[in-house]
Amino acid sequence: MKQSFDAIVVGAGPAGCACAYTLAKAGLEVLVVERGRFAGAKNMWGGAFYGPTLGELIPNFWEEAPLERYIARHKFSLLSDEACLSIEFTTPRFSQPPYNGFTVLRSKFDRWLAAKVEQAGAIVATALQADDLLWDGNQVVGIKAGSDELPASVVVACDGVNSTLAQKAGLRGELLSRQVKMGVKEVIQLPRELLERRFNLNNDEGIAWEFIGSCTRGLPGGAFIYTNKASLSVGIVVRLNALVEKKIRANDLLEEFKHHPAVAGLFAEGKLVEYSAHLIPVSGINMMPTLYIDGLLVAGDAAALVLGTGLILEGANFAVASGVAAAETVARAKRERDFSVKSLSYYRELLEQSFVLKDLKSFRKAPHFLDNPRLYSSYPGLVCDLAEKLFTNDGKPRRKAWQLLREAMKERVSFWQVACDLMRGKEVI
Amino acid sequence: MNPISIEDKLAVNKYDIDRDVHIRIREDICKVCNEHYCLYACPADCYKLREGHITFAYEGCLECGSCRIVCDKGAIEWELPRPGFGICYEYG
Repeated sequence: MKQSFDAIVVGAGPAGCACAYTLAKAGLEVLVVERGRFAGAKNMWGGAFYGPTLGELIPNFWEEAPLERYIARHKFSLLSDEACLSIEFTTPRFSQPPYNGFTVLRSKFDRWLAAKVEQAGAIVATALQADDLLWDGNQVVGIKAGSDELPASVVVACDGVNSTLAQKAGLRGELLSRQVKMGVKEVIQLPRELLERRFNLNNDEGIAWEFIGSCTRGLPGGAFIYTNKASLSVGIVVRLNALVEKKIRANDLLEEFKHHPAVAGLFAEGKLVEYSAHLIPVSGINMMPTLYIDGLLVAGDAAALVLGTGLILEGANFAVASGVAAAETVARAKRERDFSVKSLSYYRELLEQSFVLKDLKSFRKAPHFLDNPRLYSSYPGLVCDLAEKLFTNDGKPRRKAWQLLREAMKERVSFWQVACDLMRGKEVI
Repeated sequence: MNPISIEDKLAVNKYDIDRDVHIRIREDICKVCNEHYCLYACPADCYKLREGHITFAYEGCLECGSCRIVCDKGAIEWELPRPGFGICYEYG
């Protein structure tokens, strides 16, 4: 591999593949380097992605991609130690093309996406790692991989949350434990018919179910259950600094969650087939590194392009959109034969125009709002308590909901705090 | 349903285990550390405290990077495994 490439893309996840696919389609010479034995070998996520971004890149992708289920139902639950209050949403619109979202297992999906990249004309080199960047003065001119030096006009770092390239290029410092969440997940196999009966699903319908409250012992984060074809993805997401400061292990939270009375029965007869973990950058635009320098662009998780608003936590569509924007920038730079920082600033322009930076900017205060411990330790227990009081028939005269609410709030939270949190929430998310 | 230990969970995962150790710890630093955040950050329980000493086993590492981030003493020399080695997710 002594030839010089137009672009070397580091990492064959959603950002890297979207970037390389777009570049190859535009006729550029592209090399993708992936450290896993195959694309997807190192990748995990909770399990769902949403929106039209991938469909814009690969029209009708759902007809050929190895997807698990389309998400027909959304469920959100508040947990106390024993009780659970849920709200569920469904509409036939989510069950029709182009669909609103899918559950996906990354190992299969990323392999498929990387194969699409190869079909488009790029080279995907697996079990190859970009150890460092090649420099010519202040300009990045390729990568070092083992003993090889691979020259390229531009490098696109899509090497994930721990991006060693962004760090080596000095675009960002060490990650901080309050900027990331730890995600741990189990994939639990269940016979397909049993799973569909248990979750009331028809055919390829799926459910995305999120939880907050006792599942993280009140720490910032939550739990999730996603239905795959013949397995469940069940996991916990919790802020890393909160875990270590409270001396709590994420896996202990996961075990507790699986035994919560509201969900324990769902895993019966299931067989654990994988246990995985990953970090999620959750501080939004506040932790975003410099996005480009001479000859280098950063996209996806490596650029911390993840949106967390409390109701949603999305990164994959941001990865795809930023990968495409990086590719469009590189294609333009090649036409103008200019890979300087000035030329690559077009990347920022594209991101500013798209939902990527628009969303991250409009929700810039969300990460701080979501630090509020009352969201996890007070309110879920409070509403479960209130619901129990409303539903319980103990043979005594009924009291009004307002009285019951005041009773449930006692020692948990004051009216003043609730008012402040509502006001802040309204402003932020 | 009984709780499953991390060891039993890791046993179902697929790894291509290398001879080379990709993460090293500086025992001299760990010895004087009071927090031992690594014990709680690592989802694979690779760090253990035995008679006041931190030990590290790299084989079950899930390559998440959390230990490096939480250790503010600089005791962890963190590298990724050699390409092609380490955890190999079949589901993800």
